[in-house]
Amino acid sequence: MSDIVAPSTTVAGPLDVAGTLALVQEALPDAKPVSAGPTDYLEVAPDQLIEALQVLRDQGGCDLLSSITCTDYLSYQGRARAKDGPRFEVVYHLYSTAQGGDCVVLHVPVDDGESLPTATPVYPGANLQEREVWDLYGLVFDGHPNLRRILLWEGFEGHPMRKDWHEAYYEEDQKPFRSRHPRADFARSEDKVPWGKNTRYPADWDPDDWQEPVTYVPVSQDPRSRNGAGDHLSTESVVVNLGPHHPSTHGVFRMIVRIEGETVIALEPDMGYLHRNHEKIGERNTWLMNMPFTDRLDYINSMSNNWGYALAVEKLMGLEVPERAEYLRVIMAELSRIVNHLWSIGFILNDLGALQTPALYAIEEREMILDLFESVSGARMMCNYLRFGGVHRDLPAGWAERARYVVHERLPRALDQLDDLLSGNEIVNTRGRGVGYLSAEQLISLSVTGPMIRAAGVPYDIRRCEPYGVYDRFDFDIPTLPHSDVYDRYYIRLLEARESVRIVQQALAGLPEGDILAGKGGYVFRPPEGEAYGRVEGPKGELGFYLVSDGKPNPYRYHIRAPSYINLNALAPMTVGYKVADAIVILGAIDIVLGEVDR
Amino acid sequence: MFGTGLLKGLGITFKHLVDTYKDDIQSTPARYQGSDDRGKGLKVIDQPVDQEGLLTIQYPEERRLLPERFRYIPMLIWDTETDEERCTACGICAKVCPPQCIWITRATDEAGKPVTRPQDFFIDATICMSCNYCVEFCPFDAIKMDHDAELASFERFPHLVYDKGELTVPLDYYAALWPTQYAEEQERRAQEAAEARAKEEAKAARAAVKKEEEEAPAPEAKLSRAEELKQKAMERARQRREAQS
Amino acid sequence: MSLAPPNFPDLKTDQVESYLHPSVSVPEGLNNNVLVTTIDRLYNWSRRSSMWPLLFGLACCAIEMIATASSRFDLSRFGMEVMRPSPRQSDLMIVSGTVTKKMVPAIVRIYNQMAEPRYVIAMGACATGGGPFKEGYNVVSGIDKYVPVDVYIPGCPPTPEALMFGLMKMHQKVDTQSVTTADWYKREGSAFVPVPHLGPDIFDPRQADLIRAETMSGEAVAADTGGDRAEGGVPGGLRNLGEKAKARIAQAKERAAARLAG
Repeated sequence: MSDIVAPSTTVAGPLDVAGTLALVQEALPDAKPVSAGPTDYLEVAPDQLIEALQVLRDQGGCDLLSSITCTDYLSYQGRARAKDGPRFEVVYHLYSTAQGGDCVVLHVPVDDGESLPTATPVYPGANLQEREVWDLYGLVFDGHPNLRRILLWEGFEGHPMRKDWHEAYYEEDQKPFRSRHPRADFARSEDKVPWGKNTRYPADWDPDDWQEPVTYVPVSQDPRSRNGAGDHLSTESVVVNLGPHHPSTHGVFRMIVRIEGETVIALEPDMGYLHRNHEKIGERNTWLMNMPFTDRLDYINSMSNNWGYALAVEKLMGLEVPERAEYLRVIMAELSRIVNHLWSIGFILNDLGALQTPALYAIEEREMILDLFESVSGARMMCNYLRFGGVHRDLPAGWAERARYVVHERLPRALDQLDDLLSGNEIVNTRGRGVGYLSAEQLISLSVTGPMIRAAGVPYDIRRCEPYGVYDRFDFDIPTLPHSDVYDRYYIRLLEARESVRIVQQALAGLPEGDILAGKGGYVFRPPEGEAYGRVEGPKGELGFYLVSDGKPNPYRYHIRAPSYINLNALAPMTVGYKVADAIVILGAIDIVLGEVDR
Repeated sequence: MFGTGLLKGLGITFKHLVDTYKDDIQSTPARYQGSDDRGKGLKVIDQPVDQEGLLTIQYPEERRLLPERFRYIPMLIWDTETDEERCTACGICAKVCPPQCIWITRATDEAGKPVTRPQDFFIDATICMSCNYCVEFCPFDAIKMDHDAELASFERFPHLVYDKGELTVPLDYYAALWPTQYAEEQERRAQEAAEARAKEEAKAARAAVKKEEEEAPAPEAKLSRAEELKQKAMERARQRREAQS
Repeated sequence: MSLAPPNFPDLKTDQVESYLHPSVSVPEGLNNNVLVTTIDRLYNWSRRSSMWPLLFGLACCAIEMIATASSRFDLSRFGMEVMRPSPRQSDLMIVSGTVTKKMVPAIVRIYNQMAEPRYVIAMGACATGGGPFKEGYNVVSGIDKYVPVDVYIPGCPPTPEALMFGLMKMHQKVDTQSVTTADWYKREGSAFVPVPHLGPDIFDPRQADLIRAETMSGEAVAADTGGDRAEGGVPGGLRNLGEKAKARIAQAKERAAARLAG
């Protein structure tokens, strides 16, 4: 296509993390520098948070607030922390999209019952993440525009990620449970509660008195809703509910939309219909047990999820990965990126109304790649292939030849075919061009990452900005497109899939011999105390894992910075003003997977 | 010109339609190449990589060729060479299982002393996430992944909680499903057995030497102390079991 | 490995019968009824040959379901390629993925909206029994806690072959049903499933009395020590009810009685 911007292959140079932290310290002398394992961070008091963020944004060049999360230090057993400190710590990770490099980390200690100011005036992208912290930890963000539950429902009892909150089938804080072994009594968890269900109720609660509190603030109280006043043609705006069971929402996602005529005037995403408690379960699992659970986050690309988690744990433990394993990781992650982009292109077209045909063509080649995954790891989708310090198994005989044929012959052919079929199609062009526009600055301030901002002309790709694995050895471009509309978001995925094909071709050609796993690969180990944030460029954006270890065999905190979840910040601003049929396509072009959105 | 994109797209779909038949006609004799019929007239299809498209697998008459490493639900190995199960009820699989879907009870002999055999072994297939950790960390090659995915049932409980009888398969079954890995494993086991024998012999020789010297009360005392502790622990466990039932 | 013999798919209907749920078996007296069995056969054949599944994906298993429907495995060979987004037009619900508490009310509502005869397949470990997420605070440990399930398919996720095998089991089950005994031909029809509500935790209106009895007993039963209920002998905390709780239970019982009478 004619309007591809010349791919930028360089970034301005890595962010000077120490210097940026010094800037904050200069402005706020009370901020306390702390070192926890591989991470250095600044501890900032709640009332100084906004000032610190402003310094970081305006002087430090950190324009992307990547992740906000919280840790409850109630039962922390490590030695590095004072026992009587504040109970919670809210953690902010910030990056510079222009400079790349490592992140700047801020911690804000907050005690139970205290509140802290919202970051949304400085970084609008804090919106969904602060709601998540409120939902799961019960911390109040003063001034947040819409602080309601997001993954659970209004009226839910308690804040489940708190360390003292236990679910109905609760056994022990850590697996493996002592009660199961060696006594090995065969007990179904259903027998633990009288009603046989995974539920618990507060004392003194009467089901008959219960009223469900449900409010959808932006949609129900939208100031722009005119209700026909002052217009010669009397119209009334209507609230339309899309989902959670809706064929266009890519899973169990719900959009509550206020429309006037056909134009969307307000939209509110509602999620949590697939909230599977990854983080709570992850804190009870051992480090290794979490690996197959990461497969089920973004279930279309288990390989890149594995990598994100492995990377964070390797950072924490200081493990080196053998060269061959690094190459295998690149091959698997890039194949999985191709799978994801094919899948998402097929389903954007589904949303455009081209039911089935493009999707069926697109996922044909996916089957070939899944066959490759299956023969190397044993499963089509839930590969569980990576281990800390390498990969699980070496390639079976004949695998490389088959893969070579797939990436040299079949995939380029299939991508060309999709390009011919779709890119010039008049309907795709009219429905896609100019729809769902947001400027690059807006997208970055909303914390959007991945193909979405590359389709807005920002060459921000972690493989290039903060190279991990052996990505610095391959010759590939970061394609960008200028228009930031649905068409460009479709087309950027095609271009990226082509680049991934190039990377796999080079990786297969240069695949070295040697070990695939460093160390012994046992099943119990204790990473040293500290915290680490590992991130990879997942097919949907920045996939990060924030881990805190207190030196025990289980992660103390296991948080997933899910790109599809945070990209949804942009959904409402992108959709308002377009037709309701465009809302479906705009959602499709964000490319969400509910397993990752809701976790 | 408006409409050329649409026509081009239609051309591609038409080519796909023609290709479907082209592939079919060209490859009909080759379609079942290398297939085995599993004694039931089933055909196993190995998708050729150099084809334009994909072969449709007409399940249940045709099957997809499953790769050796395919994993579904674990199975227990009955070692036909020694005519006993390989599992020693060490419990590592139950420990590493991420969703904790394995329960093992250790068998006891007539005197009530635990022996290294499982009395019972349950896997709850409604929880199992097919992650392969039990296989990966089993030190005795006793638990392996089955390829059988046809497990649908009309009832959940107890049909989908597999007990030892349902899980156990003979070694030959495993050898047929996992030929490469089986061969590697046999080689390793043979080597290990040889080493163990050598060690045993060396130990016996050492013991003979020691016997001649007739002095080794210290280790014996240590041993008896360990034995005593073990007995005590077992007694406690027995009491707890009784209190339970 | 499973309970069924290896040649299960080749068995005739009456041989399969012993593996089926008792409620779907054909009563003995009817086996000789030539007219009815002929109609049954025709009727069941047509029903099972064009089942329309609900286009309804929850999680990872939905991806495998789509793969099954796509060109490589081609569900249209089973007459199932028409996936209907509307429950009114479909007769098979494939619950493909983890069922969360937030989602259950929607699922039950959709189930109630399906026209009879309707069938439910629990695809994958999560829908069957909660799977690896079973302990999660927002996860329902098996959809069969809320709607009746006809076929369970274990696996995480079930491969397309496993799903198709489950569908064939579904066909076998349809084959054993008779127009004379099927629930949906009875005068009163089959009952709707009450939709669960989202309270402090999800609750089933059918269990309201039990829940009330437990919560009024002054101790949160489901809380921390849940495992040791067998020791006390009494399920729940009925032993030490407070006066206030007793009064409220009595009131609730009265209300329930009034509702029944009215």
